[in-house]
Amino acid sequence: MPTKAAVNKKAAAGIALAVNGQKRTVAGDPNRPLLYVLRNDLGLTGAKFGCGKGQCGACSVLMNNEAVRSCQVTLAQAAGKSITTLEGLGDIKTPHPVQAAFIAEQAAQCGYCANGMVMATVALLARTPEPSLDEAKQALAGNLCRCGTHRRILRAVMRASGRAQP
Amino acid sequence: MTAVLSRRDLLRAGGALVVGFALPRPSPAQAAMAKTVDATELDGFLAISPDGSVTVYCGKVDLGQGLRIAIPQMAAEELGLGVERITLIEGDTALTPDQGPTAGSTGIAKGGVQIRQAAATARQALIRLAAARFDVPEDGLDIVDGDVRSLSGEGPSLGIGDLVGEHGFGLKLDPKAPLRSPASYKVVGKPLPRPDVPAKVTGRHTYVHDFRLPGMLHGKVIRPPAVGASLLGVDESALKAFKGVRIVRIKDFLGVVAASEWDALRAADALKATWSQTENLIGHEAVRDAMKAGPFVGEDIVVSKGDAATALADPDVAVLKAEYYWPVQSHASMGPSCAVADVKSDSATLWTASQATHRFRPAYAAMLGLPVDMVRLIYLDGSGCYGMNGHDDACADAALLSKAVGKPVRVQWSREDELGWDPKGPPQLLALEATPMEGGVVAGWRTEMWLPKATAGLPNVPLLAAQAAGIDQPMGLVTGLITQNGDPPYGVAAVQVKVNWLADAPLRPSNIRAPGKIANSFAVEGFFDELCNQAKVDGLITRLQMLKDLRGIIVLSRAASLIGWKPRPSPNPESDGVGRGVAYVHYKHSETYVAVAMEVSVDRDSGKVAVRRVACAHDCGLVINPDALRLQIEGAIIQTLSRTLLEEVTFDTKAVTSTDWASYPILGFADIPDITVDLINQPNQPPMGGGEAAATPIPAALANAIFDACGARVRTVPITPERVKAALAEADAKDKLG
Ligand code: FES
Ligand code: FES
Repeated sequence: MPTKAAVNKKAAAGIALAVNGQKRTVAGDPNRPLLYVLRNDLGLTGAKFGCGKGQCGACSVLMNNEAVRSCQVTLAQAAGKSITTLEGLGDIKTPHPVQAAFIAEQAAQCGYCANGMVMATVALLARTPEPSLDEAKQALAGNLCRCGTHRRILRAVMRASGRAQP
Repeated sequence: MTAVLSRRDLLRAGGALVVGFALPRPSPAQAAMAKTVDATELDGFLAISPDGSVTVYCGKVDLGQGLRIAIPQMAAEELGLGVERITLIEGDTALTPDQGPTAGSTGIAKGGVQIRQAAATARQALIRLAAARFDVPEDGLDIVDGDVRSLSGEGPSLGIGDLVGEHGFGLKLDPKAPLRSPASYKVVGKPLPRPDVPAKVTGRHTYVHDFRLPGMLHGKVIRPPAVGASLLGVDESALKAFKGVRIVRIKDFLGVVAASEWDALRAADALKATWSQTENLIGHEAVRDAMKAGPFVGEDIVVSKGDAATALADPDVAVLKAEYYWPVQSHASMGPSCAVADVKSDSATLWTASQATHRFRPAYAAMLGLPVDMVRLIYLDGSGCYGMNGHDDACADAALLSKAVGKPVRVQWSREDELGWDPKGPPQLLALEATPMEGGVVAGWRTEMWLPKATAGLPNVPLLAAQAAGIDQPMGLVTGLITQNGDPPYGVAAVQVKVNWLADAPLRPSNIRAPGKIANSFAVEGFFDELCNQAKVDGLITRLQMLKDLRGIIVLSRAASLIGWKPRPSPNPESDGVGRGVAYVHYKHSETYVAVAMEVSVDRDSGKVAVRRVACAHDCGLVINPDALRLQIEGAIIQTLSRTLLEEVTFDTKAVTSTDWASYPILGFADIPDITVDLINQPNQPPMGGGEAAATPIPAALANAIFDACGARVRTVPITPERVKAALAEADAKDKLG
């Protein structure tokens, strides 16, 4: 852990991190959650604020290829890390295969949870390219959805892994 | 700012319109050119641009339920073109007619049907215009792929964009304009993909949470530690550490505004406010008893058929009685509410995820002291909302703060704000009694309800911000229509449904998905099964025998057959802990038909219930988009399983205590059952709602399946393992008594 003084000194000059493949330097309170940095400082609103408590997954991003809850990671902790947000995976014209699977399965109602669902799926498939349905359920267990889109989301996970859909 | 734009501006602005900040500031002179939002005018609903693209103005909004594709499908069908030509503008009070709130499962049934009629009116007008130009009779012409031409394909053709000028149609909406025959449908009934999904899953969709204005500040309202507490004092000294943070205090309304969201949050945390010691609530554990104690403001007999009192007073019959209870529940939206307000001295623009922009407009105008026509609400997607969550309150917060600081302000609620302060689904208590079932006949039935009484004529749920700030607003309760489906849909000879109206609700209520009907069906369909169980007859066969409505009979038999229903009395004599149940509803006795059959397993030791399979047969008349409809139905099923198994808002005498996902858990992936949805399309019937009806029979089907699995009858929601174990112990004790 860097000392507090070191953190503050660094903050004055700005903290550097790589976001969607681009180097970004962010100034200001190093203790504020990465979620606020992404949404407000960098204009990347794909990650959503759902609880701020690590309970729902709506704010997930990839940090060094691991899905993390950006409401629970401070800017200081993200220093020097490589961050991928939903926007960084793909766009409407060229979606990431997982995003394409979500589109094919129409796996969103309000879609507020979709960011977390896509991120958790990308992280899962990186670890386990051909998950069973139970493994998929387990990997998504910490991601909440209020609209009841779960089954479509599971179908999207299986489609993205090239497996039979439930 | 009210929207006063020429038609050409509107069309040019295209998609940017939805986001709103590309709008030029109007001058008063432009007011004369304002787009009509008159629902009797064709131009209120529909505009055709020279390139033949169509803009449809819709007062209903897409909350994730798929109106954004379904309504264009309905319009495209009548207009004779593809949906890709249509842009839908939703819920903007300056641009869209007031089609009523997006509630009560009326998006398609009312909103879509009205727009379909507008499109039919437009088609009739376009054919008339072309016939005059071609100098041919109208009846040989139609619109095909956006061109008016002869049905034979011969002769001249003209794009619809060439037929209507800058000033629109200038016609009244014709309620008699002929509709296309369902047999000829090309667009309606197709599972077209929803246009917003690609943007939603790639982070490109602008939710209200993502919307930003130049110069916008962030606000945070500090709510009291107890409902109704007054603000005694504020110690601002801690705020010295924050640059440029402003405090807004209006009576008991306390907020901070800062340039950054993070500063607003930290400042709100640092601020030391002193509140009165207030204990206005009764605590969730006291609700059930309190409902019987009153105070009451009246009673109503809402259903009266035959002489139930006499049938139930027969000294020779042992009347069966049971009481069912449904607790206070939260909308529990995934994203805490958010809104952006730009309030100026003479006008206001509010970006909101409201399900009822038109309805709330006068409330905000009154709160801000502005004329109604100077307040504009623009709908932007929020997190899914199922009645009224905190969105309208967040909008009121933003509006008051913006007015106070004279800058645009965004307010983002916290998780605690949302679960703690969203208006809640009210509690429901029902007592049922009926004569025993004999030979498939029930002679008398009575349902008695205890319900908070909705205030007659109250336009909207009272807003927290206005109340705290001491700004006058009409006060009272909003609940939705919560007495419907309180009587059995089967041929019971004498039925009475009586409501005891309570003066108040334990927490500020609002409608929540399928208001009232879910709890009523839980009681009625559960109790009907109790009568079947007592008579040792199969619940499905008995329902089929007693039902007089063919569409009901069809959904019931299809749902049951999907889970391989084997007729026999409950509980399951094999007693391996697995059981099945069924329930049925004809929504509001006039709308969608739904039956649900379900298979569950119950662990007798832990009381834990696992839902294995759900089959739903659904007949909502004409199906517009089967894929979006299926997703709505699956969502209704999963959400209602969650509400039935897990959810109760807890509160003490001060405030709500279930304010995070640990204390207000919802169903997660681990517990999602297998679901089969069987859609019954009725092309020649009117389209009806798909958002609510499927939720309604879920709790009863579940409770009936649990009884079948283990003989435990649970009549209180949430159906927790403890309640199942208690019901099992009760059943065992009864068995022993024999
Ligand atoms: S917002 Fe980060 S987990 Fe909920
Ligand atoms: S789609 Fe609305 S929360 Fe998941």
